[in-house]
Amino acid sequence: MLIQQVFNGLALGMGYALIAVGYSLVFGILRLVNFSHGSIYAFGAEMAMVFIGFQFGIVPGIIAAMVLTGILGVCIDKVALEPLRKKKSMPIASLITTIGISNIVTQLLIVSLGSEKRNFPALFNFGSIQIGNIAVSSTQIMMCVVSLALMMVLVFIVYKTKIGLAMRASEQNAKAANMMGINVNFVISFTFFLAGVSATIAGVLVGSYYQIVYPNMGYMAGLKAFAAAVLGGIGSLPGALLGGLIVGVSESMAATFLGSTYRDSIAFIILIIVLIVRPHGLFGRKGITKV
Amino acid sequence: MTERIKKIIDTESILPGKSQSGMLHNIEVFTDRYKFILGVILAAALVVLPFVMGDQYLLTVTVKIGAYAILAMGLNILTGYTGLVSLGHAGFVAIGAYTASLLSVNAGADFFTSTLAGMVVAGLVGVLLGLPTLKVTGTYLSIITLGFGEIIKMIAMNWSSVTNGTLGVKNIPKPEIFGIEMTVGNYGMYYLMLALVVLTAVFCLMVVRSKTGRAFQAIRADEMASTMMGINITGYKILAFVISACICALGGSLYATVIGYIDPNTFNFDVSTLILSIVILGGMGTIRGMFVGAAILIAFPEVSRFLMEYRFVLYGVILVIMMRFRPQGILGWKSTLPYKLNSKVRAEIEKIEAEEKEGD
Repeated sequence: MLIQQVFNGLALGMGYALIAVGYSLVFGILRLVNFSHGSIYAFGAEMAMVFIGFQFGIVPGIIAAMVLTGILGVCIDKVALEPLRKKKSMPIASLITTIGISNIVTQLLIVSLGSEKRNFPALFNFGSIQIGNIAVSSTQIMMCVVSLALMMVLVFIVYKTKIGLAMRASEQNAKAANMMGINVNFVISFTFFLAGVSATIAGVLVGSYYQIVYPNMGYMAGLKAFAAAVLGGIGSLPGALLGGLIVGVSESMAATFLGSTYRDSIAFIILIIVLIVRPHGLFGRKGITKV
Repeated sequence: MTERIKKIIDTESILPGKSQSGMLHNIEVFTDRYKFILGVILAAALVVLPFVMGDQYLLTVTVKIGAYAILAMGLNILTGYTGLVSLGHAGFVAIGAYTASLLSVNAGADFFTSTLAGMVVAGLVGVLLGLPTLKVTGTYLSIITLGFGEIIKMIAMNWSSVTNGTLGVKNIPKPEIFGIEMTVGNYGMYYLMLALVVLTAVFCLMVVRSKTGRAFQAIRADEMASTMMGINITGYKILAFVISACICALGGSLYATVIGYIDPNTFNFDVSTLILSIVILGGMGTIRGMFVGAAILIAFPEVSRFLMEYRFVLYGVILVIMMRFRPQGILGWKSTLPYKLNSKVRAEIEKIEAEEKEGD
């Protein structure tokens, strides 16, 4: 029972980790909590459902959704956030803007698609594997595999490629990076694109796990993934993975042993304890202050 | 010497006015000159408003606007004046609403006693939430408040023996004065709201203009510098949390008795962001802005029913556009009027003046 829940939690946690990566990437560069990320995740999942519904193949459909969601992320940055950066307005202005955008995206989804829950095809349902008395479904395995692969790709992009170098440079000091000839605004847009893509993959995985998508799905998942990102140390990729797994496992544990009403809040309890004991999260670097 | 003080005061206070647009300055001078008459007109308008309006539905919306104005004034103390952004103020609203309505439903306490109890409980929790400010600042503090809001919701959901869990609290009694029940129908609720709003506004003004308020604003401007000036930062931050929590609990209690029913989902993250949006839309660090912000954001979904589902999209659009073009809020401007010394200081200056004359 316990081990079974750990496995369920790990699969779920992988989904959170993929959303958390989006928070981490954006926070790393902009020092901004992107509250619209939850709705971007929901947008990605809905778009995947719509495109898969067009019957031109599942993989092309998912890729189309990924690109579209990535473009949405870039648009959000270009239309709403970049002007604020140019004006050098207060950090809270950007924060409120992302809350407003989250509202716009979610409500537009509701207006155009309806607020009801819709079926999402189970993409990786090839039965389940029985190890002792633990059942691990193929969807769960696929979630872990795909998430880990994507994590590896992201780590590769950030640490081994030229654009990754530019991202890390902008993260350390945007002004100096700009002087070295890095187009910081392009880097930020690219970051938003990456965040959108990973959110879509998370949306597809979680959608096919529960076989359900709805416009408000990003609300709670977004908050929890955000908690996961902070837990692991926001701005750090391994931290996002670990945070996501902790949130996922503790959530499935809480749902089984404490009751289902606790499942949504356990992440926040852990979060507060961690923040008070270790204010910068488990993997966070200390003393990153941008003045 | 006194001439010099006067000169400094005059030039310093007039300087920002020159850079501002002339119209704003003229309006401010005008309102300042006819303050009394305008105040009387406004008060009269507010008193006769329910008779003019007469409609139950409109009045309920107005009372809701008032309740949210109180909540916004509460958050404004923390976010607008002290510069600590809270994303979990729905938690304090929930504490106030739950404590007050449970006391009045189960123990039969009247509105005012139970509201006071709610404010005390919220204040104590405010101390608790203020404590992390010792270690955590900036975005991380906002995150802790976010978690706090969710945890309060969870407690309301799971502590079913007291809070009745997800079913919520039903049939919250209306407040009574001298045995007369105050409902929206007999305008009692409206006047109660009005009294509470005025009380809160006066209290906020008093806090802001006191030494405490100046300490809050110093912390917002520069924490390091205010430490150097001998301000006990932690103490004042916790105090800001407590004041803010108490005011929000008051607003929550009022809201609960207006609606008559609360459940854990009444106080979700959306409420926290709504309160924050009101503060920012109206103008952080102003009290006048809270009324405008609350009126716009609460009345907007009601007024724009003809837009159907699109009206909720517009709510987000308003926030984004505001942040882009007027981040200081609709009514957020610095006063261009000369700084007014309070009577104590003025008396002291006069004393010095008299002494100097004697010396001559």
